[in-house]
Amino acid sequence: MTEVSSFPDFREPTVVIEPRKSLLHLDLKAIWEYRELLYFLVWRDLKVRYRQTVIGIGWVVLQPVLTMVLFTAVFGNFAKIPSDGVPYPIFTYSALLPWNLFASSLARGTESVVGNAQLISKIYFPRLLLPISGILSPTVDFAISFVIFAAMMIWFRTLPTWGVLALPLFLILALLTALAVGLWLSALNVRYRDVGHTIPFLVQLWMFASPVAYPVSLVPERWRVLYSLNPMAGVIEGFRWALLGKESPDFEVIIISSMMVTTLLISGVVFFKHTERTFADVI
Amino acid sequence: MSNIAIRVDDLSKQYTIGLAQRRHDTLRDQIMDSLRSIFRSNGHGSASGRKCSGASNTIWALKNVSFEVKHGEVVGLIGRNGAGKSTLLKILSRITDPTTGRAEIYGRVGSLLEVGTGFHGELTGRENIYLNGAILGMRRGEIENKFDQIVAFAEVEKFIDTPVKRYSSGMYVRLAFAVAAHLEPELLIVDEVLSVGDAAFQRKCLGKMSDVAREGRTVLFVSHNMLAVKHLCGRALLLEGGCTVADGSSEVVIGKYFDNISTCNSTSLGERTDREGDQRLKFLAYQLLDSCRNEALASVSAGQDLSIAFRYESQNREPLKNVHVAIGINGKYDERLTHLSTNVSGEDFAEIPSKGVIICHVPRLPLLPGKYSFNLFSTVSGEISDWIQNAGAFEVVYGDFFGSGRLPPQDGSSFLTEHSWEVRSTF
Repeated sequence: MTEVSSFPDFREPTVVIEPRKSLLHLDLKAIWEYRELLYFLVWRDLKVRYRQTVIGIGWVVLQPVLTMVLFTAVFGNFAKIPSDGVPYPIFTYSALLPWNLFASSLARGTESVVGNAQLISKIYFPRLLLPISGILSPTVDFAISFVIFAAMMIWFRTLPTWGVLALPLFLILALLTALAVGLWLSALNVRYRDVGHTIPFLVQLWMFASPVAYPVSLVPERWRVLYSLNPMAGVIEGFRWALLGKESPDFEVIIISSMMVTTLLISGVVFFKHTERTFADVI
Repeated sequence: MSNIAIRVDDLSKQYTIGLAQRRHDTLRDQIMDSLRSIFRSNGHGSASGRKCSGASNTIWALKNVSFEVKHGEVVGLIGRNGAGKSTLLKILSRITDPTTGRAEIYGRVGSLLEVGTGFHGELTGRENIYLNGAILGMRRGEIENKFDQIVAFAEVEKFIDTPVKRYSSGMYVRLAFAVAAHLEPELLIVDEVLSVGDAAFQRKCLGKMSDVAREGRTVLFVSHNMLAVKHLCGRALLLEGGCTVADGSSEVVIGKYFDNISTCNSTSLGERTDREGDQRLKFLAYQLLDSCRNEALASVSAGQDLSIAFRYESQNREPLKNVHVAIGINGKYDERLTHLSTNVSGEDFAEIPSKGVIICHVPRLPLLPGKYSFNLFSTVSGEISDWIQNAGAFEVVYGDFFGSGRLPPQDGSSFLTEHSWEVRSTF
């Protein structure tokens, strides 16, 4: 039993609760303090995702491989789309790697806040953890698909170049793109569930606006800058360059894309932080 | 050196009601609106920004609430539904922001607005303990240390590696509470979480709560169970319409709460719109009376001679023929306990005046201390005339029903039954 005199002496309040005024109050300290919860949220997602399925983790392998086979048949063989001198399966799979990561990160990130409505309305934690955990959990799938890619490289006797060292940068760029858009959409989804319904459509449309099935070189020169405003164009271009050692990486595309991501990310954080205080009231 | 655990200073929270309509706004409007308010709030603060958009359909869930809680105090927060208790807890738990005002908290807060927050049906008991622990703010090492205690407290050793979706609801709640019970914050904020589970489990929860209180931790506790508040809390705060209306020893504040309940309810019955029937006979107000002295009662005691009186009026100002009136009395879980009716007592009214008071006499009220509510029902010439669910509520407090000064334990039993004992040599 504790004596009254042994209460900790708090001179400064541990928490001050006030209406939030500042525009950018990121509170990275709180996110760091709650890093274990972030870990558990990602862990929960992975644990739960393939429970009660027959082939379980096999889905992670099947999805990209079947898409690749389909694309190779339709775009590579029938439509005869050029692939920058690389075998088409490898060409499209190197784009499907970041694309699938982005697509499922975006979908999970967008659903993350509404999907955890119960948590939002019952307990405090930095709300940013939700979209962050949403974009992180598909990285495990990415790692598995990457192993398959490595096997394909051996099969097609393609050797990586030094460019492969830059791969983590493009991986981070893909995740940040998903986070940036996910921040906007997850916050909007709280008030407008319409957002959730548009995601499958948006992702499909976006894929055709990205060089997944075709090379950037197919896009007319004068549209190139506009085209590069799509951050995934830069990401995929970067992935192809890093993995396949394509001779002329279009750095212009990559730089414009990165700038676009930065803009989206900063505005996304501001918007998310601004709306998060009403999440519990609206959700 | 300060001994303050929670300091609440002029806290208010405004909600916008009628959100359903606002949701039909187009997305574009909303985006423009948000952008505008981002820029506006930059300079002027969010409160002024929000007020601009339709001040008419807003409601103050909390208005200028101030109080202080010292370390080691156990404070009960009471009030009717919608009084602002949960809003206050949500603000102090940092789930939602206040509109104006400020609160300071000194120490690590554990807030328990629900047991089993974040439990996932597909995960096993073991996995859920870790997940839920992390959600409640425990470190992983802390959970590992307490893991065995948690499992033992929940009594789920055998099923710890079974997905919780296969648990019985009792096991589920026990496990959920067990995790929460092993949280060791300096300050504990607890909503009505003790109203789940069976009687034995509730006793266990209350036991755990009083352990926490005895250890000298600070607790802020919301409950409708006045006995629990009285038992656990030295001090209570009464909220009404978002304001604190009483603050003091729990006994006094609870008394005040009951006074307010009866005065509030007796006035509002006639204005209720959530009623069915053609209203040829319409109930306007009710009052609880002591049958002997014919005085209005603030609270009823067990064993008291009670009269429940209803003022009524006939819609077309004509006498009413063939009138049947019934009162259904419900317990604290809204379960029907008994039915008082002119029909079963064989006293249907052949004719009553166009307005007046109908009184039902209940000699020696056989109800245990606790909270009750009642439904009202009436027919005129066989047609439903007025039917109101939860027309009113009353609290039964301790009374000497048996003349022995004692009452049976309250968990599990609903009624007091007159009885006596003797010993004989044979049947």
